[in-house]
Amino acid sequence: MASYNTSEFRKGLKVQLDGDPYLMIECNFVKPGKGQALYKCKLRNLLRGTVIDRTYKSGDSIEAADVEEIEAQFLYRQQDQFVFMDNKTYEQYELSKELVDEAWKYLKEGMVCSMTLFNGNPISVSPPNHVVLKIEYCEPGARGNTATNVTKPCRMETGAEILCPSFVEMGEFVKVDTRTGEYIERVKA
Amino acid sequence: MAVFSADFLPTASWDNLRLRARLLGKVRQFFEARGFLEVETPILSADTVVDRHLEPFAVPMAGRALTGGPAETMWLQTSPELGMKRLLAAGATAIYQVTRAFRQGEQGPLHNPEFTIVEWYRVGDDMRAGMQLASDVCECLLERGPAERISYAEVFAAQTGLDPHAATAAELASRARALGVEIPASLAADDRDGWLDLLVAERVQPALGLRRPVIVYDYPASQAALARVRPGPPPVAERFELYASGIELANGYHELTDPAELRQRNRANNAWRRKEQKLDLPENSRLLAAMEAGLPPATGVAMGFDRVAMLAAGAKDLREVMAFPIDRA
Repeated sequence: MASYNTSEFRKGLKVQLDGDPYLMIECNFVKPGKGQALYKCKLRNLLRGTVIDRTYKSGDSIEAADVEEIEAQFLYRQQDQFVFMDNKTYEQYELSKELVDEAWKYLKEGMVCSMTLFNGNPISVSPPNHVVLKIEYCEPGARGNTATNVTKPCRMETGAEILCPSFVEMGEFVKVDTRTGEYIERVKA
Repeated sequence: MAVFSADFLPTASWDNLRLRARLLGKVRQFFEARGFLEVETPILSADTVVDRHLEPFAVPMAGRALTGGPAETMWLQTSPELGMKRLLAAGATAIYQVTRAFRQGEQGPLHNPEFTIVEWYRVGDDMRAGMQLASDVCECLLERGPAERISYAEVFAAQTGLDPHAATAAELASRARALGVEIPASLAADDRDGWLDLLVAERVQPALGLRRPVIVYDYPASQAALARVRPGPPPVAERFELYASGIELANGYHELTDPAELRQRNRANNAWRRKEQKLDLPENSRLLAAMEAGLPPATGVAMGFDRVAMLAAGAKDLREVMAFPIDRA
Protein backbone atom coordinates (compact mmCIF):
# COMPACT_ATOMS: atom_id res chain seq x y z
CA MET A 1 0.00 0.00 0.00
CA ALA A 2 1.30 3.45 -0.89
CA SER A 3 1.96 5.90 1.90
CA TYR A 4 2.70 9.60 2.30
CA ASN A 5 5.77 10.90 4.11
CA THR A 6 5.49 14.13 6.15
CA SER A 7 7.35 15.96 3.37
CA GLU A 8 4.39 15.18 1.08
CA PHE A 9 1.73 16.31 3.57
CA ARG A 10 -0.62 18.95 2.20
CA LYS A 11 -4.24 19.98 2.24
CA GLY A 12 -6.42 17.66 0.20
CA LEU A 13 -4.42 14.47 0.80
CA LYS A 14 -6.55 11.35 1.24
CA VAL A 15 -5.19 9.02 3.89
CA GLN A 16 -6.24 5.98 5.85
CA LEU A 17 -6.24 5.72 9.66
CA ASP A 18 -7.55 2.68 11.55
CA GLY A 19 -9.20 1.48 8.36
CA ASP A 20 -11.17 4.68 7.73
CA PRO A 21 -10.53 7.15 4.89
CA TYR A 22 -9.65 10.71 5.92
CA LEU A 23 -9.19 13.97 4.06
CA MET A 24 -6.36 16.22 5.28
CA ILE A 25 -8.08 19.59 5.64
CA GLU A 26 -5.23 21.42 7.37
CA CYS A 27 -1.52 20.82 7.85
CA ASN A 28 0.67 23.18 9.85
CA PHE A 29 4.44 22.87 10.00
CA VAL A 30 5.88 23.85 13.38
CA LYS A 31 9.48 23.62 14.50
CA PRO A 32 10.66 24.59 17.96
CA GLY A 33 13.96 26.42 17.45
CA LYS A 34 16.60 23.80 16.77
CA GLY A 35 14.24 20.98 17.67
CA GLN A 36 12.24 18.30 15.97
CA ALA A 37 9.79 19.45 13.30
CA LEU A 38 6.12 18.66 13.87
CA TYR A 39 3.23 18.53 11.44
CA LYS A 40 -0.06 19.44 13.11
CA CYS A 41 -2.87 18.12 10.95
CA LYS A 42 -6.65 18.25 10.94
CA LEU A 43 -8.25 15.26 9.26
CA ARG A 44 -11.88 14.74 8.29
CA ASN A 45 -13.29 11.24 8.41
CA LEU A 46 -14.86 10.69 4.99
CA LEU A 47 -17.34 8.15 6.34
CA ARG A 48 -18.50 9.97 9.46
CA GLY A 49 -17.67 13.61 8.73
CA THR A 50 -15.95 14.00 12.12
CA VAL A 51 -12.71 16.00 12.35
CA ILE A 52 -9.70 14.84 14.37
CA ASP A 53 -6.35 16.42 15.27
CA ARG A 54 -3.15 14.46 14.73
CA THR A 55 0.47 15.53 15.20
CA TYR A 56 3.29 13.87 13.26
CA LYS A 57 7.07 14.04 13.60
CA SER A 58 9.05 14.78 10.49
CA GLY A 59 9.84 11.46 8.81
CA ASP A 60 6.56 9.83 9.85
CA SER A 61 4.21 8.51 7.20
CA ILE A 62 0.51 7.77 6.81
CA GLU A 63 -1.02 5.11 4.60
CA ALA A 64 -2.65 6.52 1.49
CA ALA A 65 -6.37 5.85 1.11
CA ASP A 66 -7.58 4.29 -2.12
CA VAL A 67 -10.16 7.01 -2.67
CA GLU A 68 -11.44 7.80 -6.14
CA GLU A 69 -13.96 10.26 -7.54
CA ILE A 70 -16.02 8.95 -10.45
CA GLU A 71 -18.88 10.23 -12.57
CA ALA A 72 -21.91 8.06 -12.02
CA GLN A 73 -25.30 8.22 -13.67
CA PHE A 74 -28.38 7.72 -11.49
CA LEU A 75 -30.41 4.92 -13.08
CA TYR A 76 -33.38 4.23 -10.81
CA ARG A 77 -34.65 3.85 -7.28
CA GLN A 78 -35.98 0.59 -5.90
CA GLN A 79 -37.54 1.25 -2.47
CA ASP A 80 -34.55 2.29 -0.37
CA GLN A 81 -31.90 1.26 -2.87
CA PHE A 82 -30.51 3.77 -5.35
CA VAL A 83 -28.83 2.34 -8.42
CA PHE A 84 -26.03 4.19 -10.19
CA MET A 85 -23.77 3.35 -13.10
CA ASP A 86 -20.13 4.32 -13.56
CA ASN A 87 -20.12 6.30 -16.81
CA LYS A 88 -16.76 4.90 -17.90
CA THR A 89 -16.83 1.24 -16.83
CA TYR A 90 -20.65 0.76 -16.90
CA GLU A 91 -20.29 -0.94 -13.54
CA GLN A 92 -23.43 -0.59 -11.40
CA TYR A 93 -23.54 0.39 -7.74
CA GLU A 94 -26.45 0.02 -5.34
CA LEU A 95 -26.45 2.63 -2.59
CA SER A 96 -28.56 2.56 0.55
CA LYS A 97 -30.67 5.56 1.54
CA GLU A 98 -28.23 6.25 4.44
CA LEU A 99 -25.31 6.56 2.02
CA VAL A 100 -27.23 8.67 -0.45
CA ASP A 101 -28.21 10.95 2.43
CA GLU A 102 -29.71 14.30 1.34
CA ALA A 103 -28.90 13.63 -2.31
CA TRP A 104 -32.09 11.57 -2.77
CA LYS A 105 -34.07 14.82 -2.94
CA TYR A 106 -32.50 15.76 -6.24
CA LEU A 107 -31.95 12.47 -8.04
CA LYS A 108 -33.63 12.21 -11.43
CA GLU A 109 -33.11 9.35 -13.79
CA GLY A 110 -30.10 9.95 -16.02
CA MET A 111 -28.58 12.60 -13.74
CA VAL A 112 -24.77 12.52 -13.65
CA CYS A 113 -23.48 12.70 -10.07
CA SER A 114 -20.05 12.64 -8.55
CA MET A 115 -19.44 9.52 -6.48
CA THR A 116 -16.61 8.80 -4.05
CA LEU A 117 -15.27 5.25 -3.91
CA PHE A 118 -13.12 3.94 -1.05
CA ASN A 119 -11.41 0.62 -1.81
CA GLY A 120 -13.79 0.36 -4.75
CA ASN A 121 -16.94 0.81 -2.65
CA PRO A 122 -19.16 3.90 -2.82
CA ILE A 123 -19.04 6.03 0.34
CA SER A 124 -20.84 9.14 -0.84
CA VAL A 125 -22.59 10.67 -3.81
CA SER A 126 -23.26 14.30 -4.65
CA PRO A 127 -25.63 15.64 -7.30
CA PRO A 128 -24.68 18.63 -9.48
CA ASN A 129 -24.76 21.95 -7.58
CA HIS A 130 -27.83 23.07 -9.51
CA VAL A 131 -30.67 20.81 -10.63
CA VAL A 132 -33.98 21.52 -12.35
CA LEU A 133 -37.01 19.79 -10.83
CA LYS A 134 -40.68 19.68 -11.77
CA ILE A 135 -43.23 20.72 -9.16
CA GLU A 136 -45.54 17.78 -8.69
CA TYR A 137 -47.85 19.38 -6.17
CA CYS A 138 -48.34 22.75 -4.48
CA GLU A 139 -51.16 24.99 -3.29
CA PRO A 140 -52.41 27.37 -5.99
CA GLY A 141 -50.34 30.55 -6.35
CA ALA A 142 -51.49 33.87 -4.93
CA ARG A 143 -52.38 35.90 -8.00
CA GLY A 144 -50.37 39.05 -8.55
CA ASN A 145 -48.04 38.26 -5.66
CA THR A 146 -44.56 38.16 -7.19
CA ALA A 147 -42.64 38.88 -3.99
CA THR A 148 -40.08 36.15 -3.50
CA ASN A 149 -40.04 36.41 0.28
CA VAL A 150 -43.44 34.78 0.60
CA THR A 151 -42.86 31.05 0.27
CA LYS A 152 -44.85 27.82 0.28
CA PRO A 153 -43.79 24.17 0.45
CA CYS A 154 -43.80 22.45 -2.95
CA ARG A 155 -43.51 18.72 -3.54
CA MET A 156 -41.08 17.94 -6.35
CA GLU A 157 -41.15 15.07 -8.80
CA THR A 158 -38.50 13.34 -6.63
CA GLY A 159 -40.75 13.49 -3.57
CA ALA A 160 -38.67 16.16 -1.86
CA GLU A 161 -40.33 19.22 -0.36
CA ILE A 162 -38.69 22.53 -1.32
CA LEU A 163 -39.74 26.01 -0.23
CA CYS A 164 -40.56 28.08 -3.31
CA PRO A 165 -42.00 31.57 -3.82
CA SER A 166 -45.78 31.59 -3.62
CA PHE A 167 -46.20 32.52 -7.32
CA VAL A 168 -44.97 29.16 -8.70
CA GLU A 169 -47.56 26.69 -10.00
CA MET A 170 -47.95 22.93 -10.22
CA GLY A 171 -46.24 21.51 -13.31
CA GLU A 172 -43.68 24.29 -13.51
CA PHE A 173 -39.92 23.69 -13.38
CA VAL A 174 -37.65 25.30 -10.79
CA LYS A 175 -33.88 25.41 -10.34
CA VAL A 176 -32.64 24.33 -6.89
CA ASP A 177 -29.24 24.65 -5.20
CA THR A 178 -28.45 21.14 -3.93
CA ARG A 179 -25.89 22.36 -1.40
CA THR A 180 -28.39 24.50 0.49
CA GLY A 181 -31.67 22.93 -0.64
CA GLU A 182 -32.90 26.38 -1.67
CA TYR A 183 -34.98 27.55 -4.62
CA ILE A 184 -33.01 29.66 -7.11
CA GLU A 185 -35.34 30.49 -9.99
CA ARG A 186 -38.20 29.38 -12.17
CA VAL A 187 -37.17 27.90 -15.53
CA LYS A 188 -39.14 27.42 -18.71
CA ALA A 189 -39.74 23.81 -19.57
CA MET B 1 -7.79 36.77 -25.32
CA ALA B 2 -4.40 36.50 -23.69
CA VAL B 3 -4.35 33.74 -21.11
CA PHE B 4 -1.76 33.82 -18.37
CA SER B 5 -1.39 32.46 -14.91
CA ALA B 6 -1.29 35.13 -12.21
CA ASP B 7 1.36 33.27 -10.24
CA PHE B 8 4.12 35.26 -11.88
CA LEU B 9 3.10 38.06 -9.52
CA PRO B 10 4.75 38.61 -6.12
CA THR B 11 2.81 37.49 -3.03
CA ALA B 12 4.04 40.52 -1.06
CA SER B 13 2.61 44.01 -1.46
CA TRP B 14 4.87 46.80 -2.68
CA ASP B 15 4.47 48.45 0.74
CA ASN B 16 5.93 45.36 2.39
CA LEU B 17 8.73 45.01 -0.18
CA ARG B 18 9.67 48.62 0.51
CA LEU B 19 9.57 47.91 4.26
CA ARG B 20 11.92 44.94 3.69
CA ALA B 21 14.37 47.16 1.87
CA ARG B 22 14.24 49.77 4.66
CA LEU B 23 14.89 47.07 7.29
CA LEU B 24 17.86 45.73 5.30
CA GLY B 25 19.25 49.25 5.24
CA LYS B 26 18.79 49.47 9.03
CA VAL B 27 20.64 46.17 9.54
CA ARG B 28 23.62 47.47 7.61
CA GLN B 29 23.60 50.83 9.40
CA PHE B 30 23.37 49.11 12.77
CA PHE B 31 26.41 46.89 12.23
CA GLU B 32 28.38 49.53 10.33
CA ALA B 33 27.95 51.92 13.27
CA ARG B 34 29.40 49.31 15.63
CA GLY B 35 32.42 48.58 13.51
CA PHE B 36 31.31 45.22 12.11
CA LEU B 37 32.68 44.17 8.74
CA GLU B 38 30.15 42.90 6.21
CA VAL B 39 31.36 39.59 4.74
CA GLU B 40 30.21 37.07 2.16
CA THR B 41 30.89 33.33 2.39
CA PRO B 42 29.88 30.56 -0.02
CA ILE B 43 26.25 29.55 -0.15
CA LEU B 44 27.33 26.35 -1.92
CA SER B 45 29.91 24.51 0.18
CA ALA B 46 31.64 21.15 0.52
CA ASP B 47 30.87 21.36 4.25
CA THR B 48 27.56 21.38 6.03
CA VAL B 49 26.32 21.55 9.59
CA VAL B 50 25.64 18.10 11.06
CA ASP B 51 22.40 18.75 12.89
CA ARG B 52 19.70 16.28 13.88
CA HIS B 53 16.82 18.38 12.69
CA LEU B 54 18.20 20.27 9.68
CA GLU B 55 17.99 18.76 6.21
CA PRO B 56 20.40 20.42 3.78
CA PHE B 57 19.90 20.40 0.01
CA ALA B 58 22.57 18.22 -1.59
CA VAL B 59 23.87 19.48 -4.93
CA PRO B 60 25.50 16.94 -7.26
CA MET B 61 28.62 18.45 -8.83
CA ALA B 62 29.25 17.92 -12.52
CA GLY B 63 33.00 17.38 -12.27
CA ARG B 64 35.47 16.90 -9.46
CA ALA B 65 37.84 19.43 -10.98
CA LEU B 66 35.24 22.12 -10.47
CA THR B 67 35.22 21.62 -6.72
CA GLY B 68 39.00 21.69 -6.46
CA GLY B 69 38.82 18.57 -4.35
CA PRO B 70 37.16 15.24 -3.84
CA ALA B 71 33.64 16.55 -3.24
CA GLU B 72 31.09 15.07 -5.62
CA THR B 73 28.30 16.47 -3.55
CA MET B 74 28.19 19.98 -2.24
CA TRP B 75 25.58 21.52 0.02
CA LEU B 76 23.45 24.63 0.03
CA GLN B 77 24.13 26.19 3.40
CA THR B 78 21.56 25.82 6.19
CA SER B 79 23.25 28.87 7.76
CA PRO B 80 26.51 30.72 7.06
CA GLU B 81 28.06 29.67 10.37
CA LEU B 82 30.83 27.42 9.03
CA GLY B 83 32.25 30.05 6.71
CA MET B 84 31.92 32.86 9.21
CA LYS B 85 33.68 30.93 11.98
CA ARG B 86 36.52 30.16 9.59
CA LEU B 87 36.89 33.92 9.14
CA LEU B 88 37.04 34.33 12.94
CA ALA B 89 39.82 31.73 13.10
CA ALA B 90 41.57 33.70 10.34
CA GLY B 91 41.56 36.92 12.39
CA ALA B 92 38.18 38.61 12.01
CA THR B 93 36.91 40.26 15.21
CA ALA B 94 33.41 41.53 14.40
CA ILE B 95 31.64 40.40 11.24
CA TYR B 96 28.10 40.21 9.91
CA GLN B 97 26.45 38.84 6.81
CA VAL B 98 23.08 39.02 5.06
CA THR B 99 22.63 35.87 3.03
CA ARG B 100 20.29 33.14 1.88
CA ALA B 101 19.98 29.83 3.69
CA PHE B 102 18.21 26.66 2.56
CA ARG B 103 16.44 24.01 4.60
CA GLN B 104 14.74 21.07 3.00
CA GLY B 105 11.14 20.35 3.97
CA GLU B 106 10.54 23.50 5.99
CA GLN B 107 7.42 25.08 4.61
CA GLY B 108 4.49 26.86 6.20
CA PRO B 109 3.35 30.30 7.30
CA LEU B 110 6.62 30.75 9.24
CA HIS B 111 8.93 28.71 7.00
CA ASN B 112 10.15 28.81 3.42
CA PRO B 113 12.84 26.37 2.22
CA GLU B 114 14.89 29.37 1.03
CA PHE B 115 15.09 32.31 3.41
CA THR B 116 17.21 35.28 4.41
CA ILE B 117 19.50 35.10 7.44
CA VAL B 118 21.26 37.98 9.13
CA GLU B 119 24.15 36.46 11.06
CA TRP B 120 26.82 38.15 13.17
CA TYR B 121 29.81 37.27 15.39
CA ARG B 122 31.90 39.27 17.81
CA VAL B 123 35.09 37.91 19.32
CA GLY B 124 35.32 38.20 23.10
CA ASP B 125 31.56 38.35 23.72
CA ASP B 126 30.29 35.95 26.37
CA MET B 127 26.64 34.89 26.31
CA ARG B 128 25.53 37.93 28.31
CA ALA B 129 27.17 40.36 25.86
CA GLY B 130 25.77 38.33 22.97
CA MET B 131 22.23 38.59 24.36
CA GLN B 132 22.61 42.34 24.81
CA LEU B 133 23.66 42.77 21.19
CA ALA B 134 20.78 40.57 19.96
CA SER B 135 18.36 42.64 22.03
CA ASP B 136 19.80 45.84 20.51
CA VAL B 137 19.40 44.51 16.95
CA CYS B 138 15.82 43.52 17.70
CA GLU B 139 15.03 46.90 19.28
CA CYS B 140 16.47 48.69 16.24
CA LEU B 141 14.45 46.64 13.72
CA LEU B 142 11.19 45.89 15.51
CA GLU B 143 10.95 48.97 17.75
CA ARG B 144 9.31 46.98 20.53
CA GLY B 145 11.84 47.87 23.25
CA PRO B 146 14.69 45.78 24.68
CA ALA B 147 14.17 42.06 25.15
CA GLU B 148 13.38 40.57 28.56
CA ARG B 149 15.52 37.61 29.60
CA ILE B 150 14.36 34.38 31.13
CA SER B 151 16.15 31.04 31.45
CA TYR B 152 14.85 27.95 29.68
CA ALA B 153 14.38 26.29 33.09
CA GLU B 154 12.25 29.18 34.41
CA VAL B 155 10.01 29.50 31.38
CA PHE B 156 9.63 25.72 31.02
CA ALA B 157 8.68 25.39 34.71
CA ALA B 158 6.23 28.29 34.44
CA GLN B 159 4.30 26.58 31.63
CA THR B 160 4.66 22.91 32.57
CA GLY B 161 5.61 22.80 36.25
CA LEU B 162 8.64 20.62 35.48
CA ASP B 163 12.41 21.12 35.70
CA PRO B 164 13.64 20.55 32.12
CA HIS B 165 17.15 19.65 33.29
CA ALA B 166 16.03 17.03 35.81
CA ALA B 167 12.69 15.61 34.59
CA THR B 168 12.82 12.12 33.07
CA ALA B 169 11.32 11.32 29.66
CA ALA B 170 8.49 9.49 31.44
CA GLU B 171 7.71 12.54 33.60
CA LEU B 172 7.72 14.82 30.54
CA ALA B 173 5.45 12.40 28.66
CA SER B 174 2.92 12.13 31.45
CA ARG B 175 2.85 15.92 31.85
CA ALA B 176 2.29 16.33 28.10
CA ARG B 177 -0.69 13.98 28.37
CA ALA B 178 -2.02 15.77 31.44
CA LEU B 179 -1.81 19.09 29.59
CA GLY B 180 -3.83 17.67 26.70
CA VAL B 181 -1.03 17.91 24.13
CA GLU B 182 -1.72 15.92 20.93
CA ILE B 183 1.14 13.41 20.88
CA PRO B 184 2.80 11.97 17.74
CA ALA B 185 2.41 8.19 17.82
CA SER B 186 6.04 7.75 16.74
CA LEU B 187 7.52 9.77 19.62
CA ALA B 188 9.64 7.20 21.52
CA ALA B 189 9.00 6.91 25.25
CA ASP B 190 12.70 7.47 26.00
CA ASP B 191 13.28 10.35 23.54
CA ARG B 192 13.80 12.97 26.27
CA ASP B 193 14.67 15.78 23.86
CA GLY B 194 11.68 14.88 21.71
CA TRP B 195 9.34 15.32 24.70
CA LEU B 196 11.05 18.59 25.67
CA ASP B 197 10.61 19.86 22.09
CA LEU B 198 6.97 18.81 21.99
CA LEU B 199 6.17 20.63 25.24
CA VAL B 200 8.11 23.70 24.11
CA ALA B 201 6.36 23.78 20.73
CA GLU B 202 2.90 23.24 22.17
CA ARG B 203 2.91 24.97 25.52
CA VAL B 204 5.96 27.22 25.97
CA GLN B 205 6.79 28.91 22.67
CA PRO B 206 3.30 30.27 21.83
CA ALA B 207 3.39 32.34 25.06
CA LEU B 208 6.86 33.85 24.47
CA GLY B 209 7.35 37.54 23.75
CA LEU B 210 3.68 38.48 23.59
CA ARG B 211 4.07 41.76 25.49
CA ARG B 212 7.64 42.51 24.48
CA PRO B 213 10.47 40.50 22.93
CA VAL B 214 12.05 37.88 25.18
CA ILE B 215 15.36 36.02 25.12
CA VAL B 216 15.37 32.47 26.49
CA TYR B 217 18.85 31.26 27.54
CA ASP B 218 20.69 28.31 29.10
CA TYR B 219 19.27 25.42 27.08
CA PRO B 220 19.44 21.76 28.10
CA ALA B 221 22.99 20.48 27.54
CA SER B 222 21.58 17.83 25.18
CA GLN B 223 20.41 20.63 22.85
CA ALA B 224 23.68 22.54 22.62
CA ALA B 225 24.02 22.31 18.80
CA LEU B 226 27.22 24.34 18.26
CA ALA B 227 27.15 26.18 21.59
CA ARG B 228 29.55 25.48 24.44
CA VAL B 229 28.27 23.70 27.53
CA ARG B 230 28.83 25.37 30.90
CA PRO B 231 29.57 22.73 33.55
CA GLY B 232 26.80 22.32 36.13
CA PRO B 233 25.12 21.32 38.09
CA PRO B 234 23.12 21.21 36.00
CA PRO B 235 25.31 21.63 32.94
CA VAL B 236 23.59 23.95 30.45
CA ALA B 237 24.20 24.92 26.83
CA GLU B 238 25.19 28.58 26.49
CA ARG B 239 22.61 29.03 23.80
CA PHE B 240 19.77 31.55 23.52
CA GLU B 241 16.77 32.26 21.37
CA LEU B 242 14.95 35.53 20.80
CA TYR B 243 11.16 35.51 20.54
CA ALA B 244 8.51 38.07 19.72
CA SER B 245 4.77 37.40 19.43
CA GLY B 246 5.39 33.68 20.09
CA ILE B 247 7.71 33.45 17.08
CA GLU B 248 11.40 32.52 17.18
CA LEU B 249 13.42 35.28 15.50
CA ALA B 250 17.03 34.46 16.34
CA ASN B 251 19.28 31.80 17.80
CA GLY B 252 22.64 32.53 19.42
CA TYR B 253 25.58 30.53 20.72
CA HIS B 254 28.46 31.25 22.98
CA GLU B 255 30.44 29.32 20.41
CA LEU B 256 31.88 25.88 20.90
CA THR B 257 35.63 26.16 20.18
CA ASP B 258 36.79 22.65 21.09
CA PRO B 259 37.33 20.50 17.94
CA ALA B 260 37.27 17.22 19.89
CA GLU B 261 33.86 18.11 21.26
CA LEU B 262 32.59 19.04 17.77
CA ARG B 263 33.82 15.70 16.39
CA GLN B 264 32.04 13.86 19.15
CA ARG B 265 28.76 15.79 18.57
CA ASN B 266 28.92 15.24 14.80
CA ARG B 267 29.36 11.51 15.37
CA ALA B 268 26.46 11.38 17.81
CA ASN B 269 24.22 13.39 15.48
CA ASN B 270 24.97 11.14 12.53
CA ALA B 271 24.31 8.05 14.65
CA TRP B 272 20.94 9.52 15.59
CA ARG B 273 20.25 10.43 11.96
CA ARG B 274 21.01 6.90 10.81
CA LYS B 275 18.61 5.53 13.41
CA GLU B 276 15.93 7.90 12.05
CA GLN B 277 16.79 6.87 8.47
CA LYS B 278 18.03 10.33 7.57
CA LEU B 279 20.95 11.12 5.31
CA ASP B 280 24.47 10.80 6.77
CA LEU B 281 26.26 14.16 6.68
CA PRO B 282 30.02 14.73 6.35
CA GLU B 283 31.57 14.91 9.83
CA ASN B 284 34.86 16.39 8.67
CA SER B 285 34.87 20.02 7.63
CA ARG B 286 37.13 23.00 7.25
CA LEU B 287 35.48 24.32 10.42
CA LEU B 288 37.21 21.50 12.29
CA ALA B 289 40.51 22.58 10.75
CA ALA B 290 39.76 26.16 11.82
CA MET B 291 39.03 24.97 15.36
CA GLU B 292 42.27 22.98 15.46
CA ALA B 293 44.11 26.14 14.39
CA GLY B 294 42.26 28.06 17.10
CA LEU B 295 38.80 29.61 17.07
CA PRO B 296 38.77 32.64 19.40
CA PRO B 297 35.98 32.73 22.01
CA ALA B 298 33.01 34.53 20.48
CA THR B 299 29.26 34.74 20.51
CA GLY B 300 27.32 34.50 17.26
CA VAL B 301 23.67 34.94 16.36
CA ALA B 302 21.57 34.00 13.34
CA MET B 303 18.37 35.98 12.79
CA GLY B 304 15.52 35.05 10.46
CA PHE B 305 15.16 38.27 8.52
CA ASP B 306 11.89 37.34 6.79
CA ARG B 307 10.19 36.75 10.13
CA VAL B 308 11.43 40.08 11.47
CA ALA B 309 10.04 41.78 8.35
CA MET B 310 6.78 39.86 8.81
CA LEU B 311 6.33 41.10 12.38
CA ALA B 312 7.38 44.63 11.45
CA ALA B 313 4.73 44.59 8.71
CA GLY B 314 2.09 43.25 11.09
CA ALA B 315 1.74 40.24 8.77
CA LYS B 316 0.86 36.65 9.70
CA ASP B 317 2.52 34.75 6.88
CA LEU B 318 5.99 35.03 5.34
CA ARG B 319 4.30 35.14 1.93
CA GLU B 320 3.21 38.68 2.76
CA VAL B 321 6.83 39.86 2.92
CA MET B 322 8.59 37.64 0.34
CA ALA B 323 8.38 38.54 -3.33
CA PHE B 324 8.33 34.92 -4.49
CA PRO B 325 7.89 32.13 -1.92
CA ILE B 326 8.79 28.57 -2.90
CA ASP B 327 5.60 27.82 -4.85
CA ARG B 328 6.31 30.84 -7.07
CA ALA B 329 10.10 30.56 -7.09
